[in-house]
Amino acid sequence: MFDLDLWKEILSALKKNRMRSFMTAFGVFWGIFMLIIMSGAGRALENGVMDGIKAFASNSAFFWTERTSVPYKGFQRGRRWNYKNTDIEYIKANISDIEYLSPRLFGPSSGGGDNVIRGKKTGAFNIYGDYPEFFKIDPWTPLQGRLINTIDIQHSRKVVNIGERVVEVMFDKDEDPIGEYLKINGVYFQVVGVVKGETRVNIGNGRKNETIIMPFTTMQKTFNMGDDVHFFSVTSQPGVPVSKVEARLKELMKERHSVAPDDQQAVGSFNIEVEWKKYMGLFTGIQLLTWIVGIGTLLAGVIGVSNIMLVIIKERTQEIGIQRAIGATPGKVILHIVAESVFLTVLAGYLGLALGVGLLELLNMVLEMNAGGSDDIFFRRPEISFRMAVGALSVLVVSGIFAGLIPARRAVSIKPIDALRDE
Amino acid sequence: MISLNNVHKSYVTGSNSLHVLKGIDLEINSGEFVSIMGSSGSGKSTLLNILGILDNYDEGSYYLNGSLVKDMSEKKAARLRNELVGFVFQSFNLISFKNAMENVALPLYYQGVNRKKRNKIAEEYLDKVGLLEWATHLPSEMSGGQKQRVAIARSLISQPKIIFADEPTGALDTSTSYEVMDILKEINDDGITVILVTHEHDIASMTQKIVRLKDGRIDEIIKNGELKNFQHQYAKELETA
Repeated sequence: MFDLDLWKEILSALKKNRMRSFMTAFGVFWGIFMLIIMSGAGRALENGVMDGIKAFASNSAFFWTERTSVPYKGFQRGRRWNYKNTDIEYIKANISDIEYLSPRLFGPSSGGGDNVIRGKKTGAFNIYGDYPEFFKIDPWTPLQGRLINTIDIQHSRKVVNIGERVVEVMFDKDEDPIGEYLKINGVYFQVVGVVKGETRVNIGNGRKNETIIMPFTTMQKTFNMGDDVHFFSVTSQPGVPVSKVEARLKELMKERHSVAPDDQQAVGSFNIEVEWKKYMGLFTGIQLLTWIVGIGTLLAGVIGVSNIMLVIIKERTQEIGIQRAIGATPGKVILHIVAESVFLTVLAGYLGLALGVGLLELLNMVLEMNAGGSDDIFFRRPEISFRMAVGALSVLVVSGIFAGLIPARRAVSIKPIDALRDE
Repeated sequence: MISLNNVHKSYVTGSNSLHVLKGIDLEINSGEFVSIMGSSGSGKSTLLNILGILDNYDEGSYYLNGSLVKDMSEKKAARLRNELVGFVFQSFNLISFKNAMENVALPLYYQGVNRKKRNKIAEEYLDKVGLLEWATHLPSEMSGGQKQRVAIARSLISQPKIIFADEPTGALDTSTSYEVMDILKEINDDGITVILVTHEHDIASMTQKIVRLKDGRIDEIIKNGELKNFQHQYAKELETA
């Protein structure tokens, strides 16, 4: 029920003490404002980082080989070894928890010099031999042309996908790279696609946009790599922790390649899931901290409201006495004071909320403008969720009630007669 | 209507106890016009507050309109005050940020009467005390007499059975005092019991029954017939003073 008199009384009470009402409301305003800004900033950091990695398969692990560190089965320590082509099928057959398995070869290193030539242009780039499965783990988008596919693998086609930086260095402006040839370590390859990594995570060396990807089989044959495999990228089936696959795969490979089971060094691996969890924990921590600090600030504001309400009650003792004498029940008096407190808190809180969100929106605009569409910002889309806004408002209402309740009880505990005498 | 039986009341402040009422026996019937007199400290305001259920008492019994008033919950007391009792105070006790009409309508607000209706009723009562054209004025824009008339209208609006007036003329000059007393008299003529506290003899002499308090006890009760006598005595007191 809308009670006009109640609101009239509340407004006149607040108007009578403009400065004080303002200062009180400011406490709450500031609390909620800080909560919104901090939470938004935390979320922006999260967005900035997550945008760079979220497309990456979080259930992935990567394997390479190192020199052995334990003598085993007649082999001395310090032996170099490699995965073999046959390992691919062997792993697939023996670990059913694997979703994607993508072997990789590292191309002939540039050795510090340029390894790619086209006419008078030269450049040093990172060259990989991959299976199409790799795009399932670390997604790449073709900006022009197409990605490497299974038929390329089967026919060992001499085709490559190249990164944007490669296009910049090896081609003139306005030149269409698709169908053109690049001479890589003395062999010509046709460009079939210009690709861009969807994530900032880089499996390999150098910068992601300086990558050249060719079919795995092509690289093995063209550069005389025999049946070696340098690197495995693996994802686990949904619901299976990749750590389990990681352990099993290491075990299998050690057994198959006569590496001591207790050799900690020979099989190198990297588990994205673990890193992912670290990130998640970090962001949860940031959000938690935001709430603790925000609620703390808010609490200070609410205590301010409660305090000021006590003073208001003291000042209005006589008025309350009159109301009681002519029939206002204690409940009515409590309702009045609590409503006043809630009104002040919610109004101030709402302003803080609106201004906070407005500022975040502004910040977002400025950030996006500065970034100019590039992905290289680690702070983007500062925002708060609708749930959070609603949550903050409920906290305000509840705290407003509490802030009003203490002074209200005080007001009711004064006898009407004492209130009337108070002059 | 009102029946007090051996009512005691003490105020305790710290370790000091002040025994204000020391056994009051008093009967007031419906429709009476009673004044309570006494020097300051005699307990007259305390008595009025107890009668008006604004304060409670320590010992004895108090029946109002047939029901015992003792250790009442605040909520019940508030309802009883609202239904049975109207108050007029020395310092008017109007709410400063409400205009005359809203002040008069306030008791009905606590009864839950809707705004339109109660404002209309409030205007009727303002008309009764001759202040209809002042309905939209704030208390600060009115004279003392006008404020007291607004307060009287407010006390009447809930159609109480009893009006309690605590020094209603205490802050007014003589002619305004008489105007206010005339209004109270009219109210009494309508059948409402009026009980007022005063220390002015001329005001008291306009009532039908005077209860004189002295040191927390009833010193004497002067009834209607003896009023002439009282007036005479009062005149003599003035001469000697």
